[in-house]
Amino acid sequence: MSTQVPESVEEESVTETASAGKQKRDAKKRERAERVQEQREAEAAEKARSADDTYHLKVFRYDPEVPEKQEPRFDDFHVPYKQGMTILDALMWARDHYDSSLTFRHSCRQAICGSDALFVNGSQRLGCKTQLSDLSEPIRVEPLPHSDVVKDLVVDMEHFYDQMESVEPYFQTNSLPDGELDEQRQTRENREKVKMSTRCIWCSACMSSCNIAAGDNEYLGPAAINKAYRFAMDEREGEDMKQRRLEILEQEHGVWRCQTQFSCTEVCPKDIPLTEHIQELKREAIKNNLKFW
Amino acid sequence: MYEHDVIVVGAGGAGLRAAIAAHEEGADVAIVSKLHPVRSHTGAAEGGINAALREGDSWEDHAYDTMKGSDYLADAPAAETLCKDSPKETIQLEHWGMAFSRDDDGRVSQRPFGGLSFPRTTYAGAETGHQLLHTMYEQLVKRGIKVYDEWHVTRLAVTDEEKPEDRHCHGIVAYDVQTGQVEGFRARNGVILATGGLGQVYDHTTNAVANTGDGVAMAYRAGAPMEDMEFIQFHPTTLPSTGVLITEGVRGEGGILYNENGERFMFEYGYANNLGELASRDVVSRAELTEVNEGRGIEDEYVHLDMRHLGEERIIDRLENIVHLSEDFEGVNPLEAPMPVKPGQHYAMGGIETDENGETCISGLYAAGECACASVHGGNRLGGNALPELIVFGKRAGHHAAGKDMEEARITTGKEGEYELGEVDSPVELGEAGIGEDAVADGGTAADAGASVSGADLVQRAVEDERETIDTLLEREDGIQQAEIRERVQKSMTRNVNVFREESALKDALRDIREARELYQQVFVGDKSRTFNTDLLQTLEMRNILDIAEAITLGALARNEFRGAHWRKEYQERRDEEWLKHTMLSWNDGRPELWYKPVILEGENKTYEPKTRSY
Repeated sequence: MSTQVPESVEEESVTETASAGKQKRDAKKRERAERVQEQREAEAAEKARSADDTYHLKVFRYDPEVPEKQEPRFDDFHVPYKQGMTILDALMWARDHYDSSLTFRHSCRQAICGSDALFVNGSQRLGCKTQLSDLSEPIRVEPLPHSDVVKDLVVDMEHFYDQMESVEPYFQTNSLPDGELDEQRQTRENREKVKMSTRCIWCSACMSSCNIAAGDNEYLGPAAINKAYRFAMDEREGEDMKQRRLEILEQEHGVWRCQTQFSCTEVCPKDIPLTEHIQELKREAIKNNLKFW
Repeated sequence: MYEHDVIVVGAGGAGLRAAIAAHEEGADVAIVSKLHPVRSHTGAAEGGINAALREGDSWEDHAYDTMKGSDYLADAPAAETLCKDSPKETIQLEHWGMAFSRDDDGRVSQRPFGGLSFPRTTYAGAETGHQLLHTMYEQLVKRGIKVYDEWHVTRLAVTDEEKPEDRHCHGIVAYDVQTGQVEGFRARNGVILATGGLGQVYDHTTNAVANTGDGVAMAYRAGAPMEDMEFIQFHPTTLPSTGVLITEGVRGEGGILYNENGERFMFEYGYANNLGELASRDVVSRAELTEVNEGRGIEDEYVHLDMRHLGEERIIDRLENIVHLSEDFEGVNPLEAPMPVKPGQHYAMGGIETDENGETCISGLYAAGECACASVHGGNRLGGNALPELIVFGKRAGHHAAGKDMEEARITTGKEGEYELGEVDSPVELGEAGIGEDAVADGGTAADAGASVSGADLVQRAVEDERETIDTLLEREDGIQQAEIRERVQKSMTRNVNVFREESALKDALRDIREARELYQQVFVGDKSRTFNTDLLQTLEMRNILDIAEAITLGALARNEFRGAHWRKEYQERRDEEWLKHTMLSWNDGRPELWYKPVILEGENKTYEPKTRSY
């Protein structure tokens, strides 16, 4: 035991010297890092002040974990404008220069991943596809209505995904050709018929805009019905399958709930004629029912 | 701790195909992805899928085009596998209902693409990737395959034998973005990395914000070498203000490039006297930048891509998506005016070294898709060859990981075959900053894990290490934020490691990266919340960006020749006598080790003799 004491003392002192050196280096690095960071913040502020043109955004903030954000509030951001700037660009600028905790989903920046549907000045839009110059100030940016907010502009998408996945959203057919290299042919007209319905990017703007969906949690909603349309109208699936699809769509919370308010069609960033598709399925369902009389 | 037979990281085309394949083989498979599958960047692919489907075409011709396009740096066994399997896999998608464009006879449509000797690019309008991604996700739903979405994978749990070839991968560690918890996922059979691109290393890129090269960096730090990282594809037609991609299909359908004087420069200045606009992507990108550099660019920045002569009907039928993109993101209606375009980072030919079954040199670790390097694309990828790579190699990796008997690979991985060590003259220290100052930051492996440690224990240790890393990041109160570091690296890479490369600029980039690494040691996360903390997520990604930026630059500095997408001012020739070899980088206790392995030009029935590459 006795021999161990001095040893450990010696060890400690070695560590101390090493750590003293390290602390010094660390302190220096930290100082430099802080200097760079401060410079950046000052530059951002200066940029915002001196820009000929800034846009004023009021952005919804909420975080269940952070005391000052537990009560939802709006934060103001003044973002220097550059030609072509979108809502997403402005949010990214604000996050990268003012407040790194500003939270929103985004990925592709080109209206194909469907991550950044937001409620901008009172309507559902994709942040990446919405030009600041088309909006009146201050621009209010909120999370999609009729969904639970997770944090800031991020909403819980589970319900939307559940509805999408409840309509058997996959191709089903009994008439595949035998050869693994043989194609199952489709007419150009039929491909054209389903084309618009295949453009859905699952952004859920339509679902958020729909009054019926807001009141009836089990309503399939425009996106899921459109997904079913994509298969029901595909000639390659065959008549039997179409029957099955119409049965799914005719359920209590299916196509008949739609009251043709066209809000989904208005907000769809991919210009899918959702209401038309729903109406067409209603007609198909009626025709189908008459057949069995 | 979660447990599955096979764990797939990433849910784009390669990840989805791998999961479906593993499921077909009866494996309990799960996907872990930082995005919900339909958000993956495969959805942004526009042009199409090369497949030799028609009379008059053959997989051999496709392979020849691919080898030539690669500038003889692809490995023939990988390129031939791609071309042989692609027809079957493309028609498999069709049998899954994918909405391909159709010919009058009801068969799938194909169109010409750059560098192809036959119009074999199978397409769905100008949104082929979107259709492919959604079709494949539908199949995933049909099979009920489990997806952990919005889980960001941060490291691999790999044993720590000295030689990577002796190591084994037991699982992964992931961070649940929604809740902030860090959990382990043990993989009984294997882990398949399918994390896609790394375009966020640059500031002008067609890639998504999520494309930060996570899988490549993670595998690198666990011991799997990176291969041919210097080969970055710059797509010749991206919109100047955003980097949004304008498909090669525009040129495939007959679109024309003009300079400021209205000259069709691809022909008039002799860049590609035969194929013109349809030369390989690297050739067209250099031509455009040369025009700009010689003062014939528009606003000294871009050139024009004109498709008005194709007529509205044809444009709407085959390229409608391009009309929307150009209007929404550049404010130009391409039915009325030519589109401004310039080169932008688009694709990484290099990546995690694998063989043609997707296996890396670490047992139980696979990679497929853009993050992998088999190598199918060598020095330059042909348009329309990325999507077939996803489905062909995703499937093979999925099958292999699930235990299916497969033909033995011809490509060797790690230092198992012939290799030589390399050297590079770097102006600064390379690798992890702070080595020797404190404990070496993680190498992706759990420290002190001997052979006696079980797979589950190994994963658990990796989880604990990661929790500590994340706690440290969140506890730090001041310093520098990742956005600043990211911007510096991206700007430096775009300035110094772009289409045209020269020694002094490459060295500047290495200095900038070194500085960024040092700053990163002082990085802090402003957002302290555990709920959906994208600040933390981006800070973790930043580490990957650093390792990858360094690898690209290092490879570019070492390769003293001009091959494919890699152009060097000081070396204006392809030098086959010295450089028919792959650039390999291994993570050696925090330092990159440079070595080379020979390219395989011997195919099944023929050898692809390097020829002058002209279009």
